[in-house]
Formats: sequence, structure tokens, C-alpha cells
Amino acid sequence: MAECHPVGFQWVMEAKARGATVVHVDPRFTRTSALADLHVPLRAGSDIAFLGGLVNYVLTHEKDFREYVLAYTNAATIVGEEFRDTEDLDGVFSGLDRENRSYDPMTWQYEGAVVQAASGERDQEYEERTEAESTIREAARGEAHGAGGAGVSGEIHTDETLTHPRCVFQILKRHYARYTPEMVEQVCGVPQETFRRVCELVTENSGRERTTAFAYAVGWTQHTVGAQYIRTASILQSLLGNIGRPGGGILALRGHASIQGSTDIPTLFNLLPGYIPMPHAHQNETLDEFVQAEGAEKGYWGNLRSYLVSLMKAWWGPAATEDNDYAFGYLPRLTGSHSTYETVMAQLEGTCHGYFLMGENPAVGSANAKMQRLGMAALDWLVVRDFSLIESATWWKDGPEIETGELRTEDIGTEVFFLPAAAHTEKSGSFTNTQRLLQWHRQAVEPQGDARSDLWFTYHLGRRIRAKLAGSADEMNRPLLDLTWDYPVHGAIAEPDAEAVLAEINGSGPDGRPLSAYTELTDDGSTSCGCWIYCGVYADGVNQADRRKPRTEQDWVAKEWAWAWPANRRILYNRASADPDGRPWSERKAYVWWDGQKWTGHDVPDFEPGKAPDYRPEEGAKGPDALSGTDAFIMQADGKAWLYAPAGLVDGPLPAHYEPHESPFTNPLYSQQSNPVRQVIRHPENRYQPPGSEVFPYVTTTYRLTEHHTAGGMSRWLPYLAELQPEFFCEISPELAAERGLEHLGWATIVTARTAIEARVLVTERLTPLRVGGRTLHQVGLPYHWGPNGLSTGDAANELAPVVLDPNTHIQEVKAMACDIRPGRRPRGPALLEFVREYRRRAGITDETGMEM
Amino acid sequence: MSPARMGFFTDTSVCIGCKACEVACKEWNAIPEDGLKLTGMSYDNTEGLSADTWRHVAFIEQRKPVGLAEPGVDHAGPVPDSGTPPAEAPMTPTTPATDALPSSLAPRELVPRPHSARSSARRSGPGGELRWLMASDVCKHCTHAGCLDVCPTGALFRTEYGTVVVQEDVCNGCGYCIPACPYGVIDQRKDDGRAWKCTLCYDRIGEGLTPACAKACPTESIQYGPLDELRARAAERITRLHDVGVTDARLYGHDPDDGVGGDGAFFLLLDEPEVYGLPPDPVVTTRDLPSMWRHAGAAALTLLGGLAAVFAAHGRTGGRR
Amino acid sequence: MTGSEAGGELPGREALVGKGPGRRKGRRGGRGERAMVPDATFTSYYGKPIINAPVWEPLDIAGYFFLGGLAGAGSVFAAGAQLTGRPRTARALKISSLVAISGSLVALVHDLGRPARFANMLRVIKPTSPMSLGTWLLTAYGPAAGAAAVLDVTGLFPRLGRVATAGAATLGPAVAAYTAVLAADTAVPAWHEGYRELPFVFVGSAAAAASGMALIAAPAEENAPARSTAVFGAALEVTAAKLMEHRLGMIGETYRTGRAGRLMRAATALSAAGAAGAALLGGRSRTAAVLGGAALLTASACTRFGVFAAGMRSAEDPKYTVVPQRRRLEADAG
Repeated sequence: MAECHPVGFQWVMEAKARGATVVHVDPRFTRTSALADLHVPLRAGSDIAFLGGLVNYVLTHEKDFREYVLAYTNAATIVGEEFRDTEDLDGVFSGLDRENRSYDPMTWQYEGAVVQAASGERDQEYEERTEAESTIREAARGEAHGAGGAGVSGEIHTDETLTHPRCVFQILKRHYARYTPEMVEQVCGVPQETFRRVCELVTENSGRERTTAFAYAVGWTQHTVGAQYIRTASILQSLLGNIGRPGGGILALRGHASIQGSTDIPTLFNLLPGYIPMPHAHQNETLDEFVQAEGAEKGYWGNLRSYLVSLMKAWWGPAATEDNDYAFGYLPRLTGSHSTYETVMAQLEGTCHGYFLMGENPAVGSANAKMQRLGMAALDWLVVRDFSLIESATWWKDGPEIETGELRTEDIGTEVFFLPAAAHTEKSGSFTNTQRLLQWHRQAVEPQGDARSDLWFTYHLGRRIRAKLAGSADEMNRPLLDLTWDYPVHGAIAEPDAEAVLAEINGSGPDGRPLSAYTELTDDGSTSCGCWIYCGVYADGVNQADRRKPRTEQDWVAKEWAWAWPANRRILYNRASADPDGRPWSERKAYVWWDGQKWTGHDVPDFEPGKAPDYRPEEGAKGPDALSGTDAFIMQADGKAWLYAPAGLVDGPLPAHYEPHESPFTNPLYSQQSNPVRQVIRHPENRYQPPGSEVFPYVTTTYRLTEHHTAGGMSRWLPYLAELQPEFFCEISPELAAERGLEHLGWATIVTARTAIEARVLVTERLTPLRVGGRTLHQVGLPYHWGPNGLSTGDAANELAPVVLDPNTHIQEVKAMACDIRPGRRPRGPALLEFVREYRRRAGITDETGMEM
Repeated sequence: MSPARMGFFTDTSVCIGCKACEVACKEWNAIPEDGLKLTGMSYDNTEGLSADTWRHVAFIEQRKPVGLAEPGVDHAGPVPDSGTPPAEAPMTPTTPATDALPSSLAPRELVPRPHSARSSARRSGPGGELRWLMASDVCKHCTHAGCLDVCPTGALFRTEYGTVVVQEDVCNGCGYCIPACPYGVIDQRKDDGRAWKCTLCYDRIGEGLTPACAKACPTESIQYGPLDELRARAAERITRLHDVGVTDARLYGHDPDDGVGGDGAFFLLLDEPEVYGLPPDPVVTTRDLPSMWRHAGAAALTLLGGLAAVFAAHGRTGGRR
Repeated sequence: MTGSEAGGELPGREALVGKGPGRRKGRRGGRGERAMVPDATFTSYYGKPIINAPVWEPLDIAGYFFLGGLAGAGSVFAAGAQLTGRPRTARALKISSLVAISGSLVALVHDLGRPARFANMLRVIKPTSPMSLGTWLLTAYGPAAGAAAVLDVTGLFPRLGRVATAGAATLGPAVAAYTAVLAADTAVPAWHEGYRELPFVFVGSAAAAASGMALIAAPAEENAPARSTAVFGAALEVTAAKLMEHRLGMIGETYRTGRAGRLMRAATALSAAGAAGAALLGGRSRTAAVLGGAALLTASACTRFGVFAAGMRSAEDPKYTVVPQRRRLEADAG
């Protein structure tokens, strides 16, 4: 965190200053480790075993916060009889469809009820829920991107004694029983004594008086089981009572610089603003059917129709009427998964012809960078908007394939447009950071030359397209022509007013005045709102994100610094900071509470203000009214934190340790080696390595350095940053250096089944060999910022990575791969291809390798 | 009334090595980029303060019998100590624990450590546990500043804030200040010949702004303020650290009675100053200047007297040959 | 980590580093313990120097030292020669002093990063800056030496010439000696720590150089004082240098090893040979006088370049900065 989020790390230091203990679990010793009280190196790709071990420790030593668990989690809920765990099926769950490499999740459901996920794959039981006749099997297979809706139908059965063999608590106990300290040592390479110390630190610091927070970044997400990594942490934190309470939580370190914002108002193919799912191309689906399928009977997703109708009113204004389903038909429809890597496959197959890259450098920044370049080489046109001539804009003349002779510039038909982008200092707008805080920033200087903001580009592109289509009678063009595309512009370059966009996102009521809360949204077309969770950011016509009251002039929750979604709430589900009766769990951890009349406290309560703790819903209540006075997790279908996820994930209701797709080890926990439903892609340029291959005996992991930004587009061209880390390097332990004859500051060639890259060598004690599975494991650290362009140059680490994806998120596995490393520089030109082919031959790699389930 | 003397307190115990200070300094002062060289000195590719680097973050990987990192296994083989130039080292140089070192002046000695059983041993063997020190260095703005004293043109002057600043339009590039600095701070810009160093953001603090480095520091490792306040704060901090057993913590440059009369920019370090490339007991060279003049005077008189004696002895031409 | 306290008020900010729960006690390494055992180990930051070595070019600055010495001592010698009726020697050395001081000025200006700004030297008089005082000294000495030479050669204004000669002779020792302060008034260990002896090394070297010049330029019948001066200068230079090396302790090795060592050894040998040759043979043999004079001039130059090289070496190796300071601290600690 100090390494990649140094500005955020100041708050860790503040916590440390107040007595917090910082534990850092990471394969390498980083700047975070340097400031941590305890650094625990572990094998990259083994975190579920580590976290599962923690869960097991909590359960076997009865360290769970039992009152919290009983009141606020689904521990007592009874799961259906058909469910079979990995314990029963040696590593897989019931419902596995081996032919289609997918699970049918119906057997994971609660007994007597069908619930829908608050997030993730919410279309899973479309047929069951709508009794429609057909569905699209190839539709996107999981869009877990944050908060979402939830639905439940039927009657949930519970056992408050937690003894029923099919209650979640007992299933959990059985599932994690094999995650012993001995197993953690075997799998992760963490000595038992160290592991026990972490267990003690975490559990002793959790409960009524104390809370523990977990912070993670893409070291958890970029795996074939990434979503399940976070799920394991969720289980642990829910058992310990660390959710919805100050100092607790699981913090996704996002915010480079508005990644959170880019999923709230998404750049993702499968979401509409505010985590409303993008409709699938189910036959003749209407707004009502969509709401029935995606909405919920209980909780705040019960108001989905209001959110969606208000969104369509914001987009299409008067053209969205009750008669045309509020233009529901204008929304695009999903026919399948269109994630980054699937789009690249479509480029290679010739079905995707054009590509916009806005602040993205896939030619070096995405897994199997060569496939990205080959995909771009198959396009008709490519638009690159960035600060500098990044690799994604120049691959056609100086990319690695030109050097190897695989591509010739004169043969490439792609027309490449480079459009310089304005920097954040050259435009106004908001950043949404990891704690959902919207912070406004103002333009400081005019963009130089032809540089323009993304807002300018998008607005004027839309304006010109609409001008070209004006007068068209083609129904296909109605959604574009009916858009409310009327933002005021100012200045010599006609920059759209960013605050006008913010006001549209906030939404307005029948009188045209800005709304102040999403609870004001209606489904009758009288309100508009561009993103329901952002409703209130422009309350009273004031840009609430622009608030800058210093922390010294307000209380410690600092509600008057910027604005947090939803409703300026700083901690979600904070009803859980009070006990079921509405009293704080402890004075020390008091946050919100019931004062006899209403919910109050330091933060905006995440609960209906007047709903008493003893409120019980009437039979047949819907939406928020169906939530009881103790249902703290108000977006969930059952109002509970899910220790067991009966829906929402496509790869199982409970996290299980699977080896990375390419691992030098066989899975010590189950005979199932890897996630059975991981997404694999068969392509000659995407060959996989066999598990346990001696040709690739080392584990490599990619990561960032403080000095550079992601794929380098914002740092490698800046002299002041480039000089701080002037060249690509790899980090290895002295032992690995000795084993392979690698010299400090010399060159190393790192090889996988895809290709080989070269890097300067830093031999450092910060990398350490581990004892894993009875043998010594060496890990190779690879910062991934580089490419051939710019001031600070080097090979791209992503050349090495395979395209193999988490089935929920379609995110690539680049944090744990097997590789070889040898001294010297890599071969040049066609010799490189032969070099890699020889490796493939030695490892016996065919087009079937790694494709097995 | 003149304003209070302003300075920096750099608390290296909370430095996270982000180098924001280096970048903010270069941005604000428009200092040129000065080299794209991978040094092998841990994550330090800046190497030191210079005319084109006014903040420098040092990175020291070391084994010490302090800290709590427990990486699980011991490393084998000899470890080059942190004084080793990377080109001569088989790995990133590391400071072995001092109590494992032989008492010898010999630098760069490889100290073999026992190879412990790999399965359960910690890195906290005789070599100590691994720790990674980071520290942002800067011009010390000495009370008795050698650079200022020896400057023949008056280009270096003491500001109303007690800081030491070069007037770039007066400096004539004589270079005398450069070896006069006991910390090796001020340096010559090669293409320009003049001497450059940290101004403690003279142009910012005059406007009531915080110097760029301190403003950019995310963890308040770099603190800016009136020197009196900073010294008091540092004294409290060091007491607190000692109380909880961080016995390695020590202040550096805070003492008005030291060889430079105390630094305007002082530090909290977690090891000996020389580990960070700082002199352990710097003395302003001009402290000895009166004595130097006396000795030079005596030498001049010796020359005069000697030659007078020679000529007196030999007398006028034709005298004793 | 634990979160914020509830209730509004936050506890003070006192981050603890390298310290956490369950810290094992009883390990060596506390400061109190170390004070008992003087830490004699030397370490540095990747072998990087602590101080910055002078950015001066050896030819410019060692040359400046040499020429300044030659000029300064030469002016004294010229005055002595004039007073004792050795006009050819006097004239020769007045000329050599003018040439030398002009050369030293060229070297100085050449060394400035911004020669055009030499005049900035004359903005102020700074007693704390040997370079400032030296500049003013040269500003006084240079015209005096110049006038002495020019008036002697032209024969114009003889009284003024005598005044100039006397002036140059009065300032000459200062010109010869101040450069030692110029070098010593830095953080360069081999120079600063030798500040007591260095002026004597420099004036001895200057006297030897002046005598060498006199031996070459003056007729044999006038060179008796030159031969004595050669012995005086060489003896002073060598003795002072040996004393300095001894007092410098471990820093003294910078004068004994490497390039500086070679130069200093050459200087000693040439001084001894030059002085001996001049003293024993220079009165009889013009060739011996010239050879001895050349040896002495070379020896003087070697001394200056040797001192310069030792200074550079002592600045570039952090050991010479750290170890003496560390020892000083230990001595202070008792």
C-alpha cells in the first residue's frame, strides 16, 4: 500500500500512530513491509489457503463475534439438501457442468427460498425467476463489480443454535477444517509460528472493543480465483464482526485516479450506472420483466424500477415516456461477454473492427501483450487518446512483432489515430476514490496544443455523430437522436461544463430542482437521475464534492470533506456498528445508534432513520419495508452478510484454494488442481504451461512501484519520474541468483510458454525463498510498468502472462505464474521465436495443455 | 521583528520512500532531470544530493537486531555491507548487524554468517531481521554554514528565516563552497558552472507557503516549521520511541552545540549517520579559520625570515659563495 | 489495524516504527550497550563519498598553487637580490613572478564556471572566505609585482620601482602562504586536518620553486642565496610534509598511496636531489645549477599536485571523513 498508494498510506501511518498494528502479507518485502510491524511473505497465488486458515482458526478457537454473527450474518440459514461441498466432491461443488465448464448454481440455494445476489452474477436464475422460456447461455458470466441488488422469494429457514448440519455455520466449519496451520505452511510457505501470530493479532484485535481492517489491491483480484479471494476476506471479517464498524471493513485500494468512479458510472460492458445490470438479449424482455428479474422483493434493490426509470429520464428526457417503457428498448442488449480479452479475441476473429483506447495502454499493460497487439493489427481503425505516443499507438512501426518479423508495417491495415489527451490539471471533474468519496478538482491551466479532455472528446464526438444523423428516420438511430445531449460549453475550445454533467448525474425532481437523496426517486417518470447512488452530490444546487472543510474544523468522520456515495455515508452497512437493540457494541466503537426515536450518530446511518430495532415486517412487505429492524445489510436479499453465497458467484458459494492456472505445484488441498470454471482461451499465441512443469520451476508475480504508474503512460515520459526508476528490472533472492548464476545489475531472461523478456537484475534479500510443499521455492518479482517507448524503457512483463481469466470478473491472472529465469539477454529477432518454441518442446506443450478442467 | 528561524525536521522513522519530495522539489524549482541510470543501490537511483537533486531519498536494506519482519527463512552466504558500491556487490548491499561484525576498520568486508537450518529458521539469526530504511536528505541550512562563509562573492547569504540560499545571479562558479560543505550538499551544475542547492523554498515560505517537499510528503516524515517548535517536537518524539524500545532512534543535527552550531534541517535516524551517507560529527571548516590564518602567517613570516636570513648570510654580491 | 476512536477526540499522533507486539527482549544492539564497546567499524552509503570533492581541475588549481608560490616567494627573493646587489637575479625573478602571477590568474579565471563573472569576486570583502581575501591580496599584489617587473625592465621611475618591489616582497609571503588556507578551509580531510603544517609545506615549496627559478635564470656568480634557499625551501617543504602526514593519522595515507603518493615521493626525491645538487655543484657548474633548479621547480609542482591529489582522494573515499569523526566522537564520549 505504501508502494502503490502512498497518499492513502498516510492514514495507515495515522492509525499506527494511534497504536494500530500493521501486518503485511506479500511475496516480497516492499515499502509497506518496511513500515509494518510484521511482514509475512507467502507464495503468490496461495491467499485463499492463508485466509481460509484464518477462518479455520476463528472457527476452531471460537474467536467469532457470536452475537454479531447471529444477528447480522447468514450463519444460521439452512442450505438446501442438494448442495454438495468440495468436501463431498473432492474439490468441486455440486452443479458442475463439465461439458460447458460452468456451474449450475441452483443447488447452492437456501432451503425453501431462491435468493439473488446483491452483486455479481444476478441473471443466474433468470428463468426460475421469470419462468421465461429461453435465455442466452452465452450471456456474460458474472459481473461482480460492487454493490448491487438482491432478491429473495420463499421462506428462509434458520437454526439459531447453529447446530443444524446444513446451516451455513456448520458447512463453513466442515469446509475450512482442512485449512490447518500445517496446511497453510505447506501451501503458502508461511511457518506455522508466524501464521499463528497473524491469527492471534487479527482475532485479539476484533470484537466489541476493537476492529481490524483488511486492505488489498490487484494482488488479490488478478487471479483465476480473484473474486473468491475477497470473498474469503469477507467471511473472515463477517465472522469477526468487522463489517459496518469504524476501523473495520475490507478496503479495495482503487483510485488510480478514479477507478472506483469508472465502475460506479461504468466503463464496463455489463453494467449501467449505479450497478444496474445491463439488460441481456432475452427475448422480448420488457421493463417490467427486467425489474422482476433483476430487482428484489426485499431491501433497497426493491426500488430498482425507480432507479432505472430515472436513469432513462436523465438520458432521454421527454422521449422516455410511460408509453414506450421509458425508452427501455433504447438500452443496448448483451449477447455475450464483451470483456477486454473477449474483445481481443473478436478482433482476431475479425468481428470487432474499431477500438477506442482512452488512457489505456494494452500493448504493454494487458496480459499476453502480444495478443493485444495482434488484435489491434486486425482492426480497421484504432483511436488512441493519451498524453504521449504510448506503445499502443506505435506498435505498428516499432512493436516487438516488427522486430521478430511476425508483422510488417506495410501489411498492417489498421488506421491509427492519435489524439492527445488533457491531464487532470487541465480540466475540471471529479475523482471517486476507494472509499467512494467524490472529490472535485478544478482546471488549473488550459490544455496545451490539441490536447482535449475526455469530456470534450466524448461530447463533441456525440454532437458530430448526431449532426450527421439528424433527420434520419431509421429507428436504429432514435436512441442517439433522442439523447439529452445539451451540455453548456465555455471557452475558446468549447469545453463542456463538467458541473452540468454532475448535476445531471445527481438528478432533478418534477420541479426541475436538484434532488437530495435517492429515496426521492420515483418510477413514474417525474424524476431523473444519471446514477442513483450519486443522487445528492448536487443537493441544493451545490457541488457537494467540492467541499473542502479541513479536518481540524470538523469531527473525525469529516462529513464535510467532499461527498461519499450513497447519501454522503462514510461507512456502509453501519447499522452493524450497533447491537441488535441499537446500542453501540462498545463506547469505544460507537458509530451510529438508536436514540429511542431515530437512528443517529457520527455518520449518516445506513438504515431507515425511523425504523426501530424491534421493527418486524408484516407478511408480504416489499422492498425496504420488508427489512426488519436488525437487517443491517440492507442491500442483501435477506438483509444478512453472506458467509455463504447462495448466488452471485459462478465458481462456488464458498472459496476454496485452487492452484493458479500455471503453478509449479499440485494442489495439496484437493485433487481438483485449478478453478474448474476459470476462463481459458485456446489460441496459438496463448499456449499454457502444464501444472508442475520442471521447465518452469519458479513463480513470478507482477506488481507496481511507487515511481511509476500502471503501464507507464503517465510516468515513463516524465523525466522526474523516469529518472527515479530508469529501467525495467527483476528482483530475486541471493539464493536464486546463486542457483541460476544471475549477477546483481546484470541481465536476466525470464521465460514462459508465451515468450521471453529480459530485465536487469536486482539481487536483494527483500525477496526470499520459501519452503512450499516440501521443497524450496524461489519467486521472481517483476514490476510491470515498462515498454520500449518513453524515457525509462524495458520489456513489458505482461508479454509473459497467459490470458486466463477469473470467471466472475473476466480479470486476467498475472499475480501468480510459473516461469524460468536464466542469465543473459534474450535472443533478438526470429531467434526469440525459436528460443520460446524450444521451451515449449521441452515442456511438452500442445494446444491441449492447460485446457483441462 | 525578524521572522522566526524556519527549518525541517525529517523523521525518517515514518518515511515510506515514495520520493514525492524529490519530485515536488524538482517540479517547483525547475531542476533538470539528471540521469537515467539504474544504480543497484536498492531503490535509490538518485544516488545523492547534487546541483540537480535537492532532496534525495536514501534506501538502506539491512539486517539489524531490531524490527519485526519475519520472512520465514534465513538467507545463505556472505552479505556485502551497505558501504559496498553495487558494481562490486553480488547483491543489494546490506548492513549486517553491528554486533556480528568484527571490530575492524576494514571497510567492505564480507561477513560470513552461519547457514541456519532453512525449514524453520527466521531471518533473525545472528544477522538480525531484515529492515529497509528510507530517509529523505536535504541541505542542512547550518547555523554555521561553511558554504556561506567561504563564498567569495556573497552569492550565498542567510535569509531572514535563517536559511542559506544561493543567489544564482551573483554566483560566479568559483566552486569554493562545494568542498567547504561538510555534508556534501551544494554542488556545481556541469553545464552552467554555478553552485546550486536547496533554498528551503525561499520563494514559497516568503508567501507563507510550506516548502514543496514538506507539502508533498504523505506521512509527515518531512515537517516544516519554526526551528524551536520542531526541536521540541523531535525531543518528544525521540523520548516516545525510546520509551517503547526503539533504542536505535537518535536525533541528528538538532544540537546547537554541535560542530555546525546545529542544523536548520535536522533528522531522526534509525541508525548511525554514516549508514545514510551523513558525516557522524561534521564541523564547519571555518571554525578553525583563525588558527589557519595564524599558521599561514607564521609560515609567511618563516618564508620572509628565511630568505632574509639567507640574503643576510650571503651579504652583497661578492660575498661568501 | 484498529480504527479511529469513537467520540470525537483523537489521541495524539505518535507513530511507532520497527516496534510491535511480542518483541523479543534481550537482544544485543541497544544504544546503551554499544556505548560500552566503541564502534570501530566503518560503513558508508554504498561507498559513496560523504563530502563533495572540489570540482576544480588539477591543472588549474594545483597549477595556481604552484604559480602563486613561485610568484610570491620570487618577489621576496627578487627584493633580497636587489637589496644585496644581484640585479640580474632580481630582474629575472621579478619577471618570473609577473609571469607566474599572470598564469595563476589565468588558471583561476579558467576554473570559474562563469569567467565573465570574475568581477563578482570584488563585490565584497569577506574575512571568512580565503578566496575573497586571496582575490583582494592578488588584486594588490598583482599590480605591485607587475610594476616591479615592468619598471625594472624599462628602467623607468626607479623609486617607484623600489616601492613596487618592496610592496611585492611584503605581499609575496602572503601570496605564497594563503593558498594553504584556501585549501585547508574546506571539508576535504587531507587538507583541512593538515591546516597547521600545510602553509609551511606551501611556503617551503614556494621558496624551493623560487630558488629553482633563480638557479636557472640567474648567473652563477649571483646564485649563492639561491643555493641556500634551495636547501631551506626543500628542507622546510619535506619536513613540514612529513609532520603533516604523521599528524593526519589514517588520513595521512592519502599522501602516501596512489597518485598523490607517487607525486609526493617524486617531490621529496626531486627536492632532495635538486637542493643537494644545487648546494654542492650549483656554484661551480651552470649545468648543475640549471638541472638543480629544474628539479626544484618540478619538485614544487609535484608537491602541489600531490597535495591536490591527496585532497581529492580523501574527499572521494568516505572512510577519511567518517573514521576520524567517529574517533573524535568516541574520544569525546570518554
